[in-house]
Amino acid sequence: MRYERPETIDQATSLLAGAKGKAFVLAGGTDLLVRMKGDDFEAGLVVDIKSISGMRDIAETDEGFVIGAGVPCAALNEHAALHAAWPGVVEAANLIGSTQIQGRCTVSGNLCNASPAADSVPAMVAAGAQAKVSGPKGTRMVPVVDIPLAPGKTSLEKGEMIEAIVLPKRPARAGDAYLRFIPRTEMDIAVVGVGVNLTLGSDGTVETAHVALGAVGPKVVVAEAAAKTLVGTKLEDTALATLAAACSAASSPIDDKRGTVAFRKDVAGVLARRAARIAYDRAGEK
Amino acid sequence: MSFDAAYHEKKLNSVGTRPLRPDGVDKVTGKARYGADFNVPGQLVARVLRSPHAHARIVNIDTSRAEAAKGVKAVVTAADFPDLTNGNAEMYAILDNCMARNKVMYDGHAVAAVAAIDAKSARDALRLIKVEYEVLPHVVDVDAAMLPDAPVLNDSVFTGGVEPTPTTPSNVCNRAEFGHGDVEAGFAKADVIIERSYKTEQTHQGYIEPHACVATCNKDGTAELWVCTQGHFVFRQNCADLLGLDASKLRVTSSEIGGGFGGKTHVWTEPVALALSRKAGRSVKLVMAREEVFRASGPTSATSIDVKLGATKDGKITAGLATLRYTGGPYPGMWAELGAMTSFACYDLENVKTVGFEVLVNRPKVAAYRAPSAPMAAFAVESAVDELAHKIGMDAVDFRIKNAAQEGSKSSYGPVYGPIGIGPTLDAAKTHAHMSAPLGPNQGRGMACGFWFNFGGQTSSNMNIGMDGTVSISVGTIDVGGSRASMALIAAEELGISYDDIKVVIGDTNTLGYNDMTDGSRGTFSSSMATVSAARNAIEVMRKRAAITWDIPEEDVYWEDGHAKAAGSKYGNLSPLSVAEIAAESGNTGGPIAGHSELIADGAGVSFATHICDVEVDPETGSTSVIRYTVIQDAGKAVHPDYVEGQYQGGAAQGIGWALNEEYIYGEDGRLQNAGFLDYRVPVCSDLPMIDTQILEIPNPNHPYGVRGVGETSIVPPLAAIANAVSNAVGVRMSHVPVSPPRILAALKAEANG
Ligand SMILES: Cc1cc2nc3c(=O)[nH]c(=O)nc-3n(C[C@H](O)[C@H](O)[C@H](O)COP(=O)(O)OP(=O)(O)OC[C@H]3O[C@@H](n4cnc5c(N)ncnc54)[C@H](O)[C@@H]3O)c2cc1C
Repeated sequence: MRYERPETIDQATSLLAGAKGKAFVLAGGTDLLVRMKGDDFEAGLVVDIKSISGMRDIAETDEGFVIGAGVPCAALNEHAALHAAWPGVVEAANLIGSTQIQGRCTVSGNLCNASPAADSVPAMVAAGAQAKVSGPKGTRMVPVVDIPLAPGKTSLEKGEMIEAIVLPKRPARAGDAYLRFIPRTEMDIAVVGVGVNLTLGSDGTVETAHVALGAVGPKVVVAEAAAKTLVGTKLEDTALATLAAACSAASSPIDDKRGTVAFRKDVAGVLARRAARIAYDRAGEK
Repeated sequence: MSFDAAYHEKKLNSVGTRPLRPDGVDKVTGKARYGADFNVPGQLVARVLRSPHAHARIVNIDTSRAEAAKGVKAVVTAADFPDLTNGNAEMYAILDNCMARNKVMYDGHAVAAVAAIDAKSARDALRLIKVEYEVLPHVVDVDAAMLPDAPVLNDSVFTGGVEPTPTTPSNVCNRAEFGHGDVEAGFAKADVIIERSYKTEQTHQGYIEPHACVATCNKDGTAELWVCTQGHFVFRQNCADLLGLDASKLRVTSSEIGGGFGGKTHVWTEPVALALSRKAGRSVKLVMAREEVFRASGPTSATSIDVKLGATKDGKITAGLATLRYTGGPYPGMWAELGAMTSFACYDLENVKTVGFEVLVNRPKVAAYRAPSAPMAAFAVESAVDELAHKIGMDAVDFRIKNAAQEGSKSSYGPVYGPIGIGPTLDAAKTHAHMSAPLGPNQGRGMACGFWFNFGGQTSSNMNIGMDGTVSISVGTIDVGGSRASMALIAAEELGISYDDIKVVIGDTNTLGYNDMTDGSRGTFSSSMATVSAARNAIEVMRKRAAITWDIPEEDVYWEDGHAKAAGSKYGNLSPLSVAEIAAESGNTGGPIAGHSELIADGAGVSFATHICDVEVDPETGSTSVIRYTVIQDAGKAVHPDYVEGQYQGGAAQGIGWALNEEYIYGEDGRLQNAGFLDYRVPVCSDLPMIDTQILEIPNPNHPYGVRGVGETSIVPPLAAIANAVSNAVGVRMSHVPVSPPRILAALKAEANG
């Protein structure tokens, strides 16, 4: 197995494109290194992207926040403007693992690992985040929701990697939130995760709503119908009940070692209600 | 020399203090050497090939390609383990478990092993071994395994303990019954009767350190084994028996131990490592991966238990009946029997009967886990006791106090109790501030009691008095929780010297006589007894040496406050001699000074505990947090209170994990789904509150300092205490452990839907 540490995106993508056998991007390594210890792991090439210039920066541009693919999740928490604009995305990223893990892991890695339970993904999807994908043919912008296809599978083509995640600019009176259910208090995998992103009118009515669900399907679920039920409401109890029912209905989980179908459907509704409340309160404060 | 082990009350200087443990700094700085930290020149790396099937006949194993592979030095299969067990069924089970002979009995069962020059060669070689299986129907559930149409694991097993012995084989390998009185007559006298069924899932000891060893077999028939174990003498005997070695020529050295809790009282890979070394002619290091630890070592039984309990309106239990079904994995054990013995041990019952059924299933061979079998029985009985107290409108503690066993009570498993601690722990619970603290919304309080037998057994230890007056002690019981510190305290007390002048080590199998392993909470009880005996023998020698120094009759020398003193006024001008002074002269008075002890530590006092806990349950998700927890337990005498408290807290923490989230989850295919710490959920630090402890000291009459074992009882009450608390918080009885969020939410919905 070859290990490379290129200093430009072009070098990285041409290494990936030219690799014989399986090639892996190495960001924080908190998924990849664990996998590498497994008996079944085989790879021809590992490309460490952390030395590529700009890869570890968070930039505030006209587009919004551009988060380099090497930025550890802990750094998102320390970026005051990002934290103020997207508290839900930041808290989702900082639920990953523990302090030690957060010092290494990235949201791009979380996305490309393509686990249906990835914590930052529903928050990013609800936020309308885009991935800046670079490859031998150049750069393209892809909605985050279109990166994962199924457990362990992404839409990235050979030679392609994510260069950055872009979170849009925030209008006034906007708020987001992410909640997950785990049986323990930390160091666990989401049994259900819910991201909610709202913008409010001046009178406190919900104007736009986005809801995404994690761990209740083979990939992140965009709960469009559920989100729509919130528009025009002020999150009255009946609105929240409708949202919960719609989120339960949008979930198509399986029975497995982490939870049952019934449990996941119920809890998706409960968390959606609670997350919507938090997002709403955050939006109202601005 | 005769040794008086009886308890005598005396003023203590060292015992009961809290000095730092001698092994602490090395452990927190990473210097301590655990199983995998040992290496020898030229060692090979071993890997084990394991069955992917829950139950299958091994039709053929072809190792030829692996043997021919580059870097591979030896491959072993069952063919390299000729059956030397001579009809001993228990040893045969160990042999078959170490390396499957005709059939694989569970997912993860070893079928072959490889030793190669490095980890990659060993891994690659495993893929070159071709095993042809004929897959057989399997069964993992305890109740399903008892059904008449269940796949039979072993057609030479006929239920024992029933007359006449059945003529058809079954998975129920034994029936064991305990009790006295007439339960039917007792139920007839009851005003209220409850009858309930309970289930508990299989859990693993969850020790952080995986099994690891380095084995070296030499051409001359000698061998060495460095290993992480709870009992190196037992490992030596088992390995020697299985491999046809002379026990005395197999020297076993124990490493530091990163947790065992019973799971390191059994050999798994050690005979395999020795067999590989014998075949390869090189040292072999074998470290289990975590996944292998879960799939193939450890676990405790899964159970299904029925309890029937009757009481009069004024709160006297008139009869108790329990039927207990325990999985043993694929081999006969005595897990159900232990459960049946412990079920009602806390209570003074006129009419009691317990029946245990030992059931074979396609799961790994069950190993002891801290008070093995008692937590599940206590879960069932203490849940029923709680419910019955509610039913007759009595406080749960008062109800237990009214029925608690006491000195002179005939226990449900036979013996009549001496002085015991169940009553005092309940009295302490009743007056504990925790019991009357206010509860918030969605919170509930539960309590439960627990019992464990404790054990003593064979023990040998040496004490050497150095020429500078400092003392070294070798004991043969593995230190799993601070016992080296406790031994030094006991020796300091006996000799009248400072704790800091004593160094305690764990001797290897060639430096001490046989020692039973560290199980049954026997480590401090038995080794401290041997240490007292060795110290008293050393004092005898020192008295003699003082007499020689002074040139006076030996009878005129007595020992007091760490000094030899001359008795009577005629020696008025002889100043007392300290240990250091006597030691300094030893070269002139007869040579080195030592004390030895070889004994059977009898009379390990039984142990009782009462736990109280508060939980908060989120009624919308079923998520439970433990917000307060108190352990009250009788220690006999806490030699080093910090480490007694550590045992109390550790057992409670493990019990909380078992109660809330830990469980083996099998797929339809009989394969373990969660062989790792990600999905086998032991509590993390933030899941637990600070666990309060209260040590009671009701001296054990059979130990010089009144010591009882303390290590195991603390895991017995938590399953029931937590389940009772959850039930009180949500208003629905939880009868299936772990009471995980999906189970709680399902129970709440079922209740809401009528
Ligand atoms: C102890 C522990 C706890 C954890 N807890 C959680 C948790 O609570 N929630 C959760 O969601 N996850 C958790 N994880 C998983 C993991 O930490 C996250 O998925 C993390 O975000 C991965 O980021 P990384 O940068 O470390 O990815 P890496 O391991 O570097 O990469 C992950 C995968 O993505 C690919 N990849 C990485 N970056 C790129 C890129 N820029 N372009 C293309 N492909 C790329 C890699 O090739 C690899 O296949 C945990 C892991 C551990 C070890």
